[in-house]
Parts: sequence; C-alpha cells; structure tokens
Amino acid sequence: MTYLAKPRLHHPSLPHNALGYTRRDYEGRISTLCAGCGHDSISAAIIQACWELDIEPHRVAKLSGIGCSSKTPDYFLGNSHGFNTVHGRMPSVLTGANLANRALLYLGVSGDGDSASIGLGQFAHVMRRGVNMVYILENNGVYGLTKGQFSATADKGSASKKGVANADSPIDTASLALLMGATFVARSFSGDKGQLVPMIKAAIGHQGAAFIDVVSPCLAFNNHPGSTKSYDYVRDHNEAVNFLDIIEGRPEITTDYAAGTSVDVVQHDGTIIRLRKAAADYDATDKVSAMNYIQKHHALGEVVTGLLYIDNQSTDIHANLNTVATPLNALTEKELCPGSAALAKLNASLR
Amino acid sequence: MHTTDIKNPDYFHKVVDCQWACPAHTPVPEYIRMIAAGRYADAYMVNWYSNVFPGILGRTCDRPCEPACRRGRVEEDNLEKPEPVAICRLKRVAADHKGDISARLPKIETVKNGKRIACIGGGPASLTVARDLVPLGYQLTIFDQDPKAGGFMRTQVPRFRLPEEVIDEEVGYILDLDVEFIGGRRIDSLKAILAEGYDAVFIGCGAPRGRDLEIPGRQEAAGQIHIGIDWLSSVSFGHIEKVGKRVIVLGGGNTAMDCCRSARRLGGDDVKVIVRSGFEEMKASPWEKEDAQHEGIPIINCHVPKSFTHENGKLTGMMFEKVHAKYDDNGRRTLVPTGEPDIFFGCDEVLIAVGQENSFPWIERDVGLEFDKWGLPVLNETSLQSTIPQVFFGGDAAFGPKNIIWAVAHGHEAAISIDQFLNGESLDTRPAPHLNLISQKMGIHEWSYDNDISNESRNIVPWAAAEKTLKSIKIEVELGFDAQTALKETQRCLNCDVQTVFKAPLCIECDGCVDICPMDCITFTENGEEAELRTRLTAPALVASQDLYVADGLRTGRVMVKDEDVCLHCGLCAERCPTGAWDMQKFLLDMAHAEPARRLTNSRRNAA
Repeated sequence: MTYLAKPRLHHPSLPHNALGYTRRDYEGRISTLCAGCGHDSISAAIIQACWELDIEPHRVAKLSGIGCSSKTPDYFLGNSHGFNTVHGRMPSVLTGANLANRALLYLGVSGDGDSASIGLGQFAHVMRRGVNMVYILENNGVYGLTKGQFSATADKGSASKKGVANADSPIDTASLALLMGATFVARSFSGDKGQLVPMIKAAIGHQGAAFIDVVSPCLAFNNHPGSTKSYDYVRDHNEAVNFLDIIEGRPEITTDYAAGTSVDVVQHDGTIIRLRKAAADYDATDKVSAMNYIQKHHALGEVVTGLLYIDNQSTDIHANLNTVATPLNALTEKELCPGSAALAKLNASLR
Repeated sequence: MHTTDIKNPDYFHKVVDCQWACPAHTPVPEYIRMIAAGRYADAYMVNWYSNVFPGILGRTCDRPCEPACRRGRVEEDNLEKPEPVAICRLKRVAADHKGDISARLPKIETVKNGKRIACIGGGPASLTVARDLVPLGYQLTIFDQDPKAGGFMRTQVPRFRLPEEVIDEEVGYILDLDVEFIGGRRIDSLKAILAEGYDAVFIGCGAPRGRDLEIPGRQEAAGQIHIGIDWLSSVSFGHIEKVGKRVIVLGGGNTAMDCCRSARRLGGDDVKVIVRSGFEEMKASPWEKEDAQHEGIPIINCHVPKSFTHENGKLTGMMFEKVHAKYDDNGRRTLVPTGEPDIFFGCDEVLIAVGQENSFPWIERDVGLEFDKWGLPVLNETSLQSTIPQVFFGGDAAFGPKNIIWAVAHGHEAAISIDQFLNGESLDTRPAPHLNLISQKMGIHEWSYDNDISNESRNIVPWAAAEKTLKSIKIEVELGFDAQTALKETQRCLNCDVQTVFKAPLCIECDGCVDICPMDCITFTENGEEAELRTRLTAPALVASQDLYVADGLRTGRVMVKDEDVCLHCGLCAERCPTGAWDMQKFLLDMAHAEPARRLTNSRRNAA
C-alpha cells in the first residue's frame, strides 16, 4: 500500500487499444492492500485482459462481497459499474443484475471466506443456474482482514503463521463449481500472469457460468513454510495441465504444434481458445475425468492449474428461462403492457 | 546479460543524466532539493565547489544537462510540450537568493608551500585552477591582456545577459583568496614566462581569434565591418557605444546571437542575422535563437555571403546567394545554389561571427611545445599536460572553442595534475570521486526525499519589459525565477540520484513492483542477450544509451530487468515491496578536486 496516488505519467510508448484507451485507463484507485498481496496482481491481470479485449469500461459491472478480495474492484476498471454487496451475497445480487440487464459483462470478485464459508450456498446456486459471468475467487486460504484465521479452503495439515496445523478438510471450489454445473472452470496463480491473463480473456468470452479459482498468497498471514498457499509452495507444486492462447476473430493458424499437443475450442463470440497441452492425457472437455484428475493430484499435494473444464455448448440462465433478447430493463411500457386485447387473448388461451 | 555491477560508480552516475552530462559533474538533483527546501546558500555552495561560477553559469551556461534531463523524456506522450527541468535557471535562483556566503568560502591560506604557478589568461579555466590550488598553499599569478579578470565571461557575454556585478562577485571570491592578478599585460613569450622560474604554467588563454570572411569588398569597406568577438569585447569595455541603423550579423552560433542582440541595443533598428545553413542546423542554442527572435530580429537562413558592396569606401550592403542543403548517402551536407538570382541586403554595418580559432602567436615554436596539424597543443587528454611537463592547458586553449562549463571542468583536472606533478606523483592515476550511497527510507511510506511526482509543465523565466531592455545594453533581460516559481520548478525534478537498488535474495517475485510501476520499467523474465531482451520487456527499452539494470539470483531462475530510461524515481516499487528487496538510496557523487581531501582525511559532505 502507499499514500501516494500512482503518478499519471506513463511510458511514452504505451500502446492504445481499438477504443483509443491505454492500459492505464483501465486502472482504478490506488490499492490499500498490504504490499506484495497476490490480489493486486490479479487486479493487474484483469486490467490487462480488459484492455486487450477492447472492452468498453461502461459496459462492465463489478460485483463483490466482503473481504480483502472484495475490496479489489475499487483498484481496477475505475470507470465501470460497481456493487459491493453483503458478505457472501454477491452471487444473488449478480444474478439479479444479470436478469435485469443481460447486456453487461458481469465480473464477480470474491474470496475464499466470502465464497466458501458464509456464501457457499450462494456460490453453489449461481453455478447451477448458469449465470453468464466471470466469477473470480481470490483464494489465499486465510481471513486476512481478521488477522489470518484458516478459511474453508485451507488444506488439511497446512500450518498457520504460528505453526498450528489445520484440522479441517478443505473445500476445493474448482471441484465444487464443476459439480454444480459451471461450464468454464479454471485455476491459476496470481504470480503467473502469463497463464492468468489469457484465462480471464477466455472466461470473458464464455457464454455461461465461468469460474476461475486464483491462488493468491497472503503476504501478511499465509506466506510461510508450512503454508500450501505461499509463493514458494505454489511455484514448487504447480501442475499446469495446459496453457491458453486466445485467438480473436477468424483463425490464422500458422504456429506448428506437435500433433495432439494443442486443441482449439471455439467460443460463442467467435474467439478461439487454443489449449497447449502440458499434461498429455488431460482432456479439458471431459468433466468426469477432469474431476478425477483434480482430486488425484490434490491428494499428491499438487496444485492443478490451467483450463480444467470447458463446455463450448454451454447455455446461460437467459436461455434456460427463455427471456427476450432485449435486456429486461430496456423493455418499455409498450412491450410490458400490450393492452387489454392481448390480455383477453392470453386469458382465453388458459380457459 | 550479466548482473549489473552497481558498485561501479559510473553505473548510478549515468542514471543521474544531468550530472553525467555536465562536464563538471555537478550533483544537480542534490542542489535542486536544497532550493526546494529554501536552503539557497547550501545549494549555492554545492554548485560553487563543483562549477565555481554558479551565478554566471545560471545565466549563460550551454546547459548540456537539460537535453539530457530525464524529465524531457518522461513528459513525452504525457504533457503537451515535453521539456526538461529548468536546471540552469534554478542554479541562478540559488545564486540570487543565497545571501552572504563569505563565511563559507575557504580561508586564506597563510602558510604557503613555496610553489609558484603562472596562469596565462584570466578566464574561467585559469580562475578554476587558482580556486582549487590556492587553498593548498600554492602561490598563483594570473596574467590577462584585459584590465579585469573573467576572460570570455567578461568580454564576450553581453551585460544584458550577465550583469557586471555577478562577474565581479564570483571572480572576486577567487581573487580574494590571495591570488595575484596582473591585468592589462599581454604575454608575448612563453620562453620569458618559463624563464621566470614558475614551478608550473597553466595556459587558459581561450580561442581569441575570430574568423574573418575574405570575400570581395572586405578590404574596401573595412571601416564598417567588424569581427564579432572583438566587437563584443569593445562593447563590453565601453570602447564602442553606437552602431549603424541597419546591421547584418553573419553566422549562426551563440556569438552571432549576442552580436545581434547587442546591436539592437546600440542603435540598430534594422538588425538581421543571415546564416548559410538551415535554421535547424544553426550552432546557437535553441533558447538563444528564440531570445533573438523574441526581440524582433529576423534570422534569414540558407544565404551564403558573396560580396560586400560599397560606395566611396563606405559599406552599402551585401550580396547573398540562395542555397539549399543537400545530404549525400553518408549524411554529409553540401549547400547547393538554388539558381535564383543573388539577393541584396542594404546595411550600414556588418558583424562577422562565423567562428573562432585558437591562436598562439606568443608561444615560440622552438620552445619544445608540440602542436598538432590543427594548430592545437599536443596534450594528454586527461591530465591536460603538454609536451613540456610543467606546462598545462585548459579551456578553449586546450581543444578549441567549447564553453564556460568545459573550461571549469578542465580547470579542475589541470589543478589535480599540477598538484600531482608538483608532489612527484604519477599523473596517470586520477583521484577517485567521493561516493556515497545511503537509504532514504524513514518509514513504510516515508522517504527523506519528496517522492510525489509533479505534473507541472516547465515554468517560463520572466523578462523585463522589452521597451526598457532594448534601450540599454546594461539592463538584464531575464529576471530570474521568484522563490515561489522556483519551488514549483524544483518539484519537476525527478530526483534521479535517488536510486532504485535491488537485492535479489530478498525478492519473492510477487510482481508488486511490476504492477505499481507507472512507467512499466520493471520486468521479471528469462535472461537473454541485451538487444533481444530490450524488445520483450513490460515496455520496450527503446533508448539504447540508457542502461538496463539486470539482477539474477531469483528463486525461479529468471532475472529482474529494470529499464532506467523513464524511471520516475517515485519509489512506489520500494513502497510496494513486501520484503525490502527494493530500496531507494541516494547516490551522491562529488568529483575529486585538488583539495586537501586528497591527502588528508576530510569528509566534506555525506549523503545523509
């Protein structure tokens, strides 16, 4: 953290995107999180991804709950809509906002306390319903704002800063999201923007519930030997199953990959996710084997990262509810009150 | 790339662009902070030790520091008109506001060491030699053809740019140290000087001969045609007080600018500068050209003088041929006539300011002093020693016309050499600079320098009203910054001497510094060859002359690469660093002078 605002001067060669914005235009206010917090890197990755995708800041809604992670929407996309909800209730507010106006890009930002403890029920249901969103869980395994108690995602046996081992079983939010029906499930690490930025871009392009669990070390309370969410532990145990390249527009595929090492997934918006395989036997479109793989490697103490599962035939809550294409908040009296003749016709059909 | 050796004094010195560019290596950010704090006398003394003539240079310096200033680069694509910090004019602020500093000057050394040194020429180079050597007990005698000391500063810089009091004051500080000044005596024999038994002789006689223009009519109209530097000197000493109504100044250097502006004040209503080259290629500093144009003096470019026209032995005007510049494949310029008919400009007087040359008619060619094919003395470039061991050169006399600040730098070096020579030491081993690197950290967000970055554009120095200044050669045009404007200007300084120092073993590679850096200077990546590495940083490192700071020893095997080019020295990387791998440390480098510190232990200043 710092008392100074980040100087507005930028590098003379800082590029502009198709909208004429620089990356700096996607920043928010200066972060007040602790120095070295993984969450700040995630904010930087979101900024980078939105800039690269030429996203209009006013077409984005950022929603969050309570906690260190949920403070971060203040630190990116300063010109977007924001809603800091009640603890653990971000999914409900996001669902409501999405129903009212399907035209915005919904960015749900939460933490392990917010999503895996008080908001676990909300978390499960927002995935079940297939709300079209990008749900980023900034996962540090501790309650940072209340001085570092274990959260529900802390691994069994991992040690607190004072050396006490955690006795409870962890909730693996990626596995839970898979189980609950999320159609895009990924995991990454705040210290690896090379993997994280394309992952966020892919999630933004996904139609349906996209979930990214980002392991994000807490410098103040969970970055010591014995922690399984520290910079060193994650770097040493990171088992990436694949790496993503995002190809926008029509493919101009020229890069050569050895046969069978890359798979292209076409998204609804026409972008292509190219998955460069790191684990040869991993199939990101096979949900059951993905779940097995994650559990198996978790038992080995490894942190499986990459795009874990994608359903490119996904649908979202609006398709399931068969709503009109026009955002509901844009419907006028004319569409909503078609008149007594239409009412009579409807009544007649029900008699 | 190899890990950067930050213990090499040159590495961080180069990051302080202004100090590196200054021939005397004045610690610029150090004195700018002092001005910001209202410590004008302290700021003055930092300058005085380093460049000897802060008040004079604060008005007349060629300012090599300003084109080098990082501020000019960081404002690119950010502010409307990218400009460096007004370093030179801040120096003047220190001089204007310093008050009485006499108590801070060296005490007159009463114990003499018995060694006598003669300085030929009383300009900045000789005066610097005297300033450095007299406090060590040497006896200095300065000879000058003019009645007063100061050389170029007094004879050629016009009074409306540099008031006489300023020269008297700063030259006085040196002469008052018990230096013998013999004015009005032109030395006409080196042999005779050597015969007088001086232990060493320093030659700082400048480049006193103005180049002439041998074209038709030059002899016939000689009465109204003057050599620029001689004319300026005559104006300076009051021998010339008037000039014709219509004046043509030939030449495109700073002397031409001084000539035209002086002529404007001595009765010239219609003064023009006519120059062979294009406007951009003119040798004059951009601000001096601006100042001339500001006073309504047109600069006519691409005109080559063909002849002087005259009637009855009186000048009537000049003929010029129009040319345009053509560049060959090697970038060499030739001026090609456009074919248009020659152009006539009527005038009453002409001032020729087309260059200066060295001239040593008083040095006998059989005295044992070697000259090269350009007529310059053969010197050791570092020690400035000539082929006669006890004779040293400096200033314009050494390597041809340069400027005051170079003369000062030569003076310091020559003083060291003379001191070494007279103590029987080798002149090849130069004394190392005084160096200090100290953390500026006072708390988590507290630094002992002001790290907030100002978005202020360069402040403009106010001028006295033109109707007043154009009436007299003696009224100073620039008024200097007032204290408030000076404070605003100081805030534009980026404190480039407060260095970002990185300790790889402490780094946990959290990316905090990369994310916060407003200028995208920092990258963690795989190592590579420099040229290739420069292309794949967070922001491309485009300025090859600006170093990359590379550190290995990170846990992931990557390297930290910092492009020094546009770093704001805001310290946010260090504030964001959770482990103290980044620290902001002030790098203070004082060049070694011939001072007691070289022999005795003396920590004059330290960085804290």
